[in-house]
Amino acid sequence: MEYQVAIIGAGVVGAMAARELSRYRLKICLLEAENDVAMGASKANSGIIHAGYDPEPGTLKARFNREGNPLLYEAARQLRVPHKNNGAFVCAFSPEEEGQLEALYRRGQENQIPGLSLLTGEEARALEPGLSPMVTRVLLAATSGIICPYELTIAAVGNAMDNGVALYRNFRVSEIQKKETGFVLRSSRGESVQAQWIVNCAGVHAGEIGRLAGDPLPEILPRAGEYVLLDKNQGALVSRTIFQVPTKAGKGILVTPTVDGNLLVGPTAQRVPGGDCTGTTRQGLETVKTLGRKSVPGVDYRQVIAAFAGIRASTPGKDFLLGQAVPGLFHAAAIDSPGLSCCVALGRYIAENLPLPKEENPNFNPIRENPHFFRELSLEEKNDYIRLHPEYGKIVCRCEGVSLGEIRAACLVNPRPLDMDGIKRRTRAMMGRCQGGFCTPNILTTLAKELGIAPEEVTKAGGASRLLEKGGSYGKA
Amino acid sequence: MEKHDVVVIGAGPAGLSAAAAAYDAGAHVLLLDRESAPGGILRQCIHPGFGLHTLGQELTGPEYGAHYAREAENRGIPLYRNATVIGLTPERLVTVQSPEGLRQIQAGAVVLAMGCRERSRGALGIPGTRPAGVYTAGTAQKLINCMGFLPGKRVVILGSGDIGLIMARRMTLEGAKVEAVCEIMPYPGGLTRNIVQCLEDFGIPLYLSTTVEEIHGKERVEGVTLVEVDGQRRPIPATRRFAACDTLLLSVGLIPENELSRQAGVPLDNITGGPLVDSRCQTRVPGIFACGNVLQVHDLVDYVTQEGERAGKAAAAFALGKSRRKETLPVEPGEGIRYVVPQSLTPGQELVLSFRVSKPCGAVVYRVRAGEQVLRQVRRPRAVPGEMERIPLSRELTAHVREPIRIEMEVAK
Repeated sequence: MEYQVAIIGAGVVGAMAARELSRYRLKICLLEAENDVAMGASKANSGIIHAGYDPEPGTLKARFNREGNPLLYEAARQLRVPHKNNGAFVCAFSPEEEGQLEALYRRGQENQIPGLSLLTGEEARALEPGLSPMVTRVLLAATSGIICPYELTIAAVGNAMDNGVALYRNFRVSEIQKKETGFVLRSSRGESVQAQWIVNCAGVHAGEIGRLAGDPLPEILPRAGEYVLLDKNQGALVSRTIFQVPTKAGKGILVTPTVDGNLLVGPTAQRVPGGDCTGTTRQGLETVKTLGRKSVPGVDYRQVIAAFAGIRASTPGKDFLLGQAVPGLFHAAAIDSPGLSCCVALGRYIAENLPLPKEENPNFNPIRENPHFFRELSLEEKNDYIRLHPEYGKIVCRCEGVSLGEIRAACLVNPRPLDMDGIKRRTRAMMGRCQGGFCTPNILTTLAKELGIAPEEVTKAGGASRLLEKGGSYGKA
Repeated sequence: MEKHDVVVIGAGPAGLSAAAAAYDAGAHVLLLDRESAPGGILRQCIHPGFGLHTLGQELTGPEYGAHYAREAENRGIPLYRNATVIGLTPERLVTVQSPEGLRQIQAGAVVLAMGCRERSRGALGIPGTRPAGVYTAGTAQKLINCMGFLPGKRVVILGSGDIGLIMARRMTLEGAKVEAVCEIMPYPGGLTRNIVQCLEDFGIPLYLSTTVEEIHGKERVEGVTLVEVDGQRRPIPATRRFAACDTLLLSVGLIPENELSRQAGVPLDNITGGPLVDSRCQTRVPGIFACGNVLQVHDLVDYVTQEGERAGKAAAAFALGKSRRKETLPVEPGEGIRYVVPQSLTPGQELVLSFRVSKPCGAVVYRVRAGEQVLRQVRRPRAVPGEMERIPLSRELTAHVREPIRIEMEVAK
């Protein structure tokens, strides 16, 4: 197939680039190496819409964070992605840290970030009773928010697809051949597409893409961040996102409610050898808990329901690598924190700066249908809906209250889930306190039916991640 | 609005017997279950060993469940299937979601019989990757026994709880190789009979004071790092070894499912994870009763049935206005005892004290005291935390009690 633009990587930046480009009459494809979208950095991060006080003034990070914060709120509304403008605290624990906090406040002013103010420890605790008594001073960032990063990515890809973008999954770009006009991109499975422009949004793999296209990037240094996620019974301990004064390693350990009502604590920041190193470590998880206790001491870590590690694409240069390099190749690389906050602004920048004819797509619709309409209905409305659609009455995932109807409906929405983790990220089924202990078997057979495959072929996350061995008696009389 | 004297949430062994007992006490009863058929987790427990105490015969789980489902059915007790309770108030307003719609039901009394869930990998915090092939033992049991699937071929089991032991045998019978059962404690978690019948009879090794330190494998489990632990459960690095496997089953504890109870403001016991109850299985919220694994994790279903009967009878009495709220005295665990249920009693009522010891012991003496007075003294040849102990107290024994009750364990001389 021939496209004008091939975006490599269906993370949040590639997804937003695809969505912004789909505003125009262009032939666009989105190439994703994995079985689903949002499988790299966008799968597991803090989910914060940063206010923008932290990046060094004058950097791309500072600019895109400032621009990106309101744009992300707008996109989240259009894409029906759960989000909340809950505000954030940055906490100081000593006179020295208070000095750093003031510097951060001034930096925020320089970055032209609205809604910043300094509070005393008492003022802060009056707003957040769960805050540690050791906190002496707080920077309040009113425009900070929370959002579900993978759901945002899924929604943006789905919206881009609805507006004409083609998604290729399991398309791991292994060869890029320069032609007179554009490129041929080949996947490791032998498929190929042609494109005039390549947008490199390959996250931790952006360096490889650069090499394949003949434009080596500065080294991308993958960093892993470990988190623990707690039961919803801990989700109301704080209402704002609680940071500590940033260190050299990053923004430090945060404690935040999630949009789904859980409590998230993390991340650590360790250099890891490869982009697929997303294992957790005992030491990392202990660090998370210890440092988390410093700002919010009341968290009951017996209520942890999941631990995970996310990957970040960092560079020694500390700023995003953005723009055209060799002709036809546009990088959006080294997008580490605050990349999520910048994603819409980055997508827009990419769309505006690709030198292609920009005729408006008359069919472009920025609004996505709400996939969660059912859970937002009142009891009476739910009752009426169930009477017409009984499957919505059958709860499959008891912990998150997800019905069979919701799961089956999610299977039909772009980008369709092809594996169990895909169902999880779209519906929240298997994501609650039992972590799929009860509902996995039923969801597995439901997904098999929707995909028209044998249950033994169902995977957790594509590839060889099958849940079952062949040889059971299923289906035999 | 729909009204019933007693609404029983959950039609597993606890709920079924509670419903029948409430009916027999004269109440109009409704049973609710989220599954399509009654029986609860018994439906997937196809091994024998059920019913020796209550029915005097050895049945499989589905048979045992079917027996009590028939008891309820024969009484004409209505059962709403595929009906999940999504709301419960202290005033006993029950909100139910089912394919028929969403309805609210006013209950004269509520019996909580929702059972328990298995502790997951996340709750345990096992480090490593997150590949396919990590299951709780109960999930694997459902996949094999109810659906005819084979979850894996080369298995390591973490935890020697009863379901893990049962599944070690079951996976072996299905043709899988069970490489090891690991238990972090220096003693097994499950019943002795299961250690013998499920591991020893099949030559499956049990490694005590050993745990899984890390999970390996990107797509599917490729192996686990096993490590021995010291007396403080700290890993001993020199003992680390890799065990190749494609499946890790977890049998590392059960957690009573009390999210609904919390919604209704029912206070819970920190140790059992179940509601604080009196000698009639009544929680601290009047009119809400609890029985079975939602109250405390049992080893034997027979005792679940008995607990259900007590709860059902008491719930009926409450709903029919036949019970008066009486003074209660605290019941507390003493030396060597991890917990005791109920946590309070009413003098003059008969009851069964259910409890577990903190650590294994040889021959022991249990003493039930009211202040200095010893109400009962019971000798046992041995004590293990994996087996629930029960001591009945008669009406006569509790009649004149005026001080808090305490149960203690002492090593027998």
